[in-house]
Amino acid sequence: MSKSYDLVVIGGGPGGYVAAIRGAQLGMTVACVEREHLGGICLNWGCIPTKALLRSAEVMHLAQNASSFGLKIPTVEFDLDAIVKRSRGVAGQLSGGIGHLLKKNKVTHIEGVAKLAAKGKITVTKAGKATEVAYKNVIVATGARARELPHLKADGKQVWTYKHALTPDTVPGKLLVIGSGAIGIEFASFFNDLGSDVTVVEMMDRVLPVEDHEVSAFAETSFKKQGMTILKKASVTDLKTGGKKVTATIEVGGKNQTAEFDRVILAIGITGNVENLGLEENGVKIDRGHIIADEWGFTGSDGIWAIGDVAGAPWLAHKASHEGIITVEKINGEKDLHPMDKNNIPGCTYCRPQVASVGKTEQALKEEGRDIKVGKFPFVGNGKAIALGETEGFVKTIFDAKTGELLGAHMIGAEVTEMIQGYVVGRTLETTEAELMHTVFPHPTLSEMMHESVLDAYGRVIHF
Amino acid sequence: MSIEIFMPALSPTMETGTLAKWLVAEGDNVESGDVIAEIETDKATMEVESIDDGTIAKILVAEGTDEVPVGQIIAIMAEEGEDASAIDVSAPSAAPKTAPVPDAGQETASPVAPVDQAPAPAQAAASSSVTTGDRVKASPLAKRIAKQSGVDIAAISGTGPHGRIVKRDVEATLAGDGAVAASAPATPSPSAPATAVETNVYGPHDDIPFREEKLKNMRKTIAKRLTESKTTVPHFYLTVDIELDNLLTLRKELNTKGADDGIKVSVNDFVIRASALALKKVPAANVQFGGDKMYWYERADISVAVAIEGGLVTPVVRGADSKGLGEIAADMKDLAGRARDGKLMPEDYAGGTFSISNLGMFGIKEFSAVINPPQGAILAVGAGEQRPVIRDGAVAAATVMSCTLSCDHRAIDGAVGAEFLKAFKGFMQDPITMLF
Repeated sequence: MSKSYDLVVIGGGPGGYVAAIRGAQLGMTVACVEREHLGGICLNWGCIPTKALLRSAEVMHLAQNASSFGLKIPTVEFDLDAIVKRSRGVAGQLSGGIGHLLKKNKVTHIEGVAKLAAKGKITVTKAGKATEVAYKNVIVATGARARELPHLKADGKQVWTYKHALTPDTVPGKLLVIGSGAIGIEFASFFNDLGSDVTVVEMMDRVLPVEDHEVSAFAETSFKKQGMTILKKASVTDLKTGGKKVTATIEVGGKNQTAEFDRVILAIGITGNVENLGLEENGVKIDRGHIIADEWGFTGSDGIWAIGDVAGAPWLAHKASHEGIITVEKINGEKDLHPMDKNNIPGCTYCRPQVASVGKTEQALKEEGRDIKVGKFPFVGNGKAIALGETEGFVKTIFDAKTGELLGAHMIGAEVTEMIQGYVVGRTLETTEAELMHTVFPHPTLSEMMHESVLDAYGRVIHF
Repeated sequence: MSIEIFMPALSPTMETGTLAKWLVAEGDNVESGDVIAEIETDKATMEVESIDDGTIAKILVAEGTDEVPVGQIIAIMAEEGEDASAIDVSAPSAAPKTAPVPDAGQETASPVAPVDQAPAPAQAAASSSVTTGDRVKASPLAKRIAKQSGVDIAAISGTGPHGRIVKRDVEATLAGDGAVAASAPATPSPSAPATAVETNVYGPHDDIPFREEKLKNMRKTIAKRLTESKTTVPHFYLTVDIELDNLLTLRKELNTKGADDGIKVSVNDFVIRASALALKKVPAANVQFGGDKMYWYERADISVAVAIEGGLVTPVVRGADSKGLGEIAADMKDLAGRARDGKLMPEDYAGGTFSISNLGMFGIKEFSAVINPPQGAILAVGAGEQRPVIRDGAVAAATVMSCTLSCDHRAIDGAVGAEFLKAFKGFMQDPITMLF
């Protein structure tokens, strides 16, 4: 006799555990099956531990520049083991917290590997022992892992994925980062601050390719100033490992060049965890490593839903969490539901300088032929930024010229990841430029730039 | 400090009221407890007492103003010792005697209505904030797109949080598939109070001389509730003839004996008592349809339709199944009297599990009444008259009264209605059984 639940969630990451808690709030009996750590990649091997590492790098950077703040710190040294230990400690603390949250919400946490079995049932295998669990609805939230290519494979020694890079045995003298998306750039930034000689290879014509062109250009200049080598429209065609160094063949502009590196980080995207789940046997369709689901997360197969990274881009924890909530509410028949507006999911990258954005880029809007108004305000025009010694960056806002709709906001500079939510709230409430102009922003804060940028879009900027 | 006097909520469901009469004028001194105004709601006229001592500094809503929202400032009072003339009133300085042309969509804006017949006093709101209850909830972007596209945003149904109108709603309307509220010229905008009639309305025949009269709240309520009843409640009707001779004899005897104590029982009081007892005997008729459930009432509260000037009200005889005829008669005398004076309190007419409408006094032989929602049934009582009846195979004369029961078929089936009428008829024809 198998135990039966209204809702079974496969995966305890930010999509899965949030969905499970929401289901319990709505009065469902819920089980959450996790094969490794509650909190998933985000909490254990992604968002959170990288933030802990980057914080160490940031503090070190500040300490190295102590004299500019009138402070004397004669020698600044780091202890890599201690940095990593702190990062693991942060992840561990939070993972334990998720267990508590599930318990508090009366969600049954099942440890083991889940697989969809006959209709309405899954098997959970732990230590070779399989148990059967019945469900009315199941949400697949198994997440994703680093993508590898035949010629680009991680060995965990010389060639790392994010997971290896989070527990480095050394700060490499020469580091090659393949891919300049958020993951690649954050590690490039971290190791660069710790003293590595970093080379970033990007296939596209700019770094952080999903961001606004101006932001990409500004970031590139900034990274180069910090000593990174940036190779664009470039690809790594071969990695020779096994020797003392890794020899990489890099194609730039049609020409091959080789260079030696101590370590390589693969950050060429991710692929969904769709294997061995019994998905296809249950009629769930998979396309290029991701489950096909509709705007509610429904896979088209009775009672089977998918959310988060495994259900496709953007691969962001907050997107997974929000999808989880919408899907559970849909399952429960809640009223007045709307699918998530994917255009209103903010993105944050915690390199130095930080990058944050929501909505469409100027380039994309121009390609659409939209009539737009663009405003921009630099950090150097903001009092608080100067006081903080953070004068690098800008805030850019884009409005529909006719309706005043805030179509996009793109920011680069200190603490922008903490500020972007202001524009996200504005977009959710369907603000126009008028409400933003009428909003009183506190002085002195970096957020004043958010106001000034809007004013600039309408030729009313005050402080620049 | 000046004291603001607000439009009070005189019943739990009251949203607006008519400021029927001011009993004080600007400059008058009032004491706490003084009656300062009369407010007419959908069912009754009620008095508003001052809760402070002071001087009436400014009357902001003129007598006769309809649909004053609950919470609107209707007057400003100066505290004792305060100079009433010095009070800064942000409303129009003169008492608003002339009406601005009402906004499109307001209920008086019928295209064929003479605009200045009975000038509608201004909605003299002291500030816009007090009328926020009427504002259209829409996002700034939705408002702007609607304005730029010439779409009346008030006519769009919102799908955002709490029904907020958002961009997609306006765009859907522009695309022609939006949920646009019906907006016939004389129907109120969605923000108008819910008491308004929401069916098709037609303008008058211009070739016939006519007088136009604005609807009082009571008439609006009657129109709204009975339209709702007749269009949404599946009615069916059952009629019985009842011989009254025994009852009339008993009544005469009772009234003779009770005359010294001022007791006078009417036939209608018998009808109330018999209905209540029949409901007790047939509980399946004392029910209310509740969508996915049924409510079975354990007490018979009888609503009795009382015709008053300009309409009717239905005061309730509470627990009529446990009241004697004398008590019912006294209740009815009091309720009907106060109903005619417009002095019923909300608790006098709220609720009720069953209704009686009696047109016997007008000589109506029989009729069918419209159910008073959410009740399950209403009994229409005709006149008692001499009719030939067949008794033991021979024609005889008897006083006969026809009664028709209208039932909500969702709650009460034909057999239940018939059972009720059988019980009712039993009590009426053998009235001594009502004394058990």
